[in-house]
Amino acid sequence: MLCQECEKKPATLHFTKIVNGEKTEFHICEACARERGEGIPGTANGFSIHSLLSGLLDFEQAGAMNALGVQPQPIRCDNCGLTYTQFSKMGRFGCSSCYAKFGNKLDPILKRVHGNTTHVGKIPKRAGEQIQVKREIETLRRDMQTRIEQEDFENAAQIRDRIRELERNIADVEERHG
Amino acid sequence: MRGSGPDADVVISSRIRIARNLTGHPFPMLATKQQAHDVMQQLIAVADTGKLQDYGSFETIELAQLSELERRVLVEKHLISPNLANESRSGAVMLSENEAVSIMVNEEDHLRIQCLYPGFQIKEAWGLASRIDDIFEDVTDYAFDERRGYLTSCPTNVGTGIRSSVMMHLPGLVLTQQINRILSAITQVGLAVRGIYGEGSEATGNLFQISNQITLGQSEGEIIENLHNVARQIIEHERAARLRLLEDSRVRLEDRVQRSYGILSHAMIMDSKEAAQRLSDVRLGIDLGLISDVTPQAMNEMMVLTQPGFLQQVFHEKMSPELRDIRRAELIRKQLHSESDHGGV
Repeated sequence: MLCQECEKKPATLHFTKIVNGEKTEFHICEACARERGEGIPGTANGFSIHSLLSGLLDFEQAGAMNALGVQPQPIRCDNCGLTYTQFSKMGRFGCSSCYAKFGNKLDPILKRVHGNTTHVGKIPKRAGEQIQVKREIETLRRDMQTRIEQEDFENAAQIRDRIRELERNIADVEERHG
Repeated sequence: MRGSGPDADVVISSRIRIARNLTGHPFPMLATKQQAHDVMQQLIAVADTGKLQDYGSFETIELAQLSELERRVLVEKHLISPNLANESRSGAVMLSENEAVSIMVNEEDHLRIQCLYPGFQIKEAWGLASRIDDIFEDVTDYAFDERRGYLTSCPTNVGTGIRSSVMMHLPGLVLTQQINRILSAITQVGLAVRGIYGEGSEATGNLFQISNQITLGQSEGEIIENLHNVARQIIEHERAARLRLLEDSRVRLEDRVQRSYGILSHAMIMDSKEAAQRLSDVRLGIDLGLISDVTPQAMNEMMVLTQPGFLQQVFHEKMSPELRDIRRAELIRKQLHSESDHGGV
């Protein structure tokens, strides 16, 4: 029997749903079941999002290993000690620092789950301010570098003072909030 | 939860859940007992600051101090997740008096803010959740990254950390066999469909929970607007299906509704699956004006009260499944008879 969804692969999953004597049958292949995921009542346990995720992550890992032909150095989060391999098995991060540690390695998985890799929504007010200030510091640094190259040391020194001031502010805020 | 709010004939409730974590602290799954305890203390202290008062009076409950049955009742009322009830160490919940807001601590993430509104009010629920989020953000250090957004334990929640969902009663689409087509269309636009108790449970009683899957790369506004528009279309399809059923097979439909009403009113033994289906039929009858002496509120209450944990709390006893089915039938009979005595709507 062919899958009723894609009509290409053989149907390997068969469901019968009986609601007040009305019978509905599904015959689909594993690929379509995965794609439809929890849309089909009863498949939720078999295809949980985490087993699906770790499947994707394992695939990433296996690909990387085959291409290099060697076992890669384990990537480990300095804060909580979780390795990338452990993350790929569990489908969960150990702490917020894991995101920075695993860095761009996360792009493919995020792309697959969300179709995107970058946040565009709400920004926390306090952290948001910090982000703005950090951006300003980066701009000032570039500006300072240009002045130095132009041997405009007077203005460069002023910019340096402004950078120090902003950095102190950030440090103060961070200290105040623990 | 009362049978009220906009579009209550199809939408039972609207829910927003946002996931947040504290920077640097291991997520609950990896945290030691002490670390989890510290996070709990820090977060439940926010309720003591009085800043949540604008949103009702809050009660803080530590899960460890509840019996298994009490935890189960909170799950059946959708106030906490099965995960928090069963697996959390140092789990806690801050509950608003009217049960519209439930703030879970040490679930999969350090903080999960949930707002539950009756009927179709998903935007209102987001507004409230976001304001409560601001209160916590003001006094704690959220794990937030410029590029990835709010950082969560599971990569499926990262970014906005938002899960918005509507619980819909769709007997018309099920009876007219359009439901599978619609459900598969829903999954193609980045939304998910689940049974009544969230992840990993079957759809019973024609109740479907529709929620967003994508949390990264779309703003909260876009995510909610998308869900809102899809739900709006499903509401219209469901209403059209109900009208068609009334026009094409009125007697058969009425028979089904009245038969279920009769069985619920008189049966002595009722398992939870049958109760869910029969209650769905009667609810449809009420919404279509075929039954006038039961209120939608009473239906909603029965849908919750007949769950196993709740039932045991109502009767103050631990029951075997057989006894539960007898008690469930008893409770429904009483409820329906007291309703019709009062004349209903």
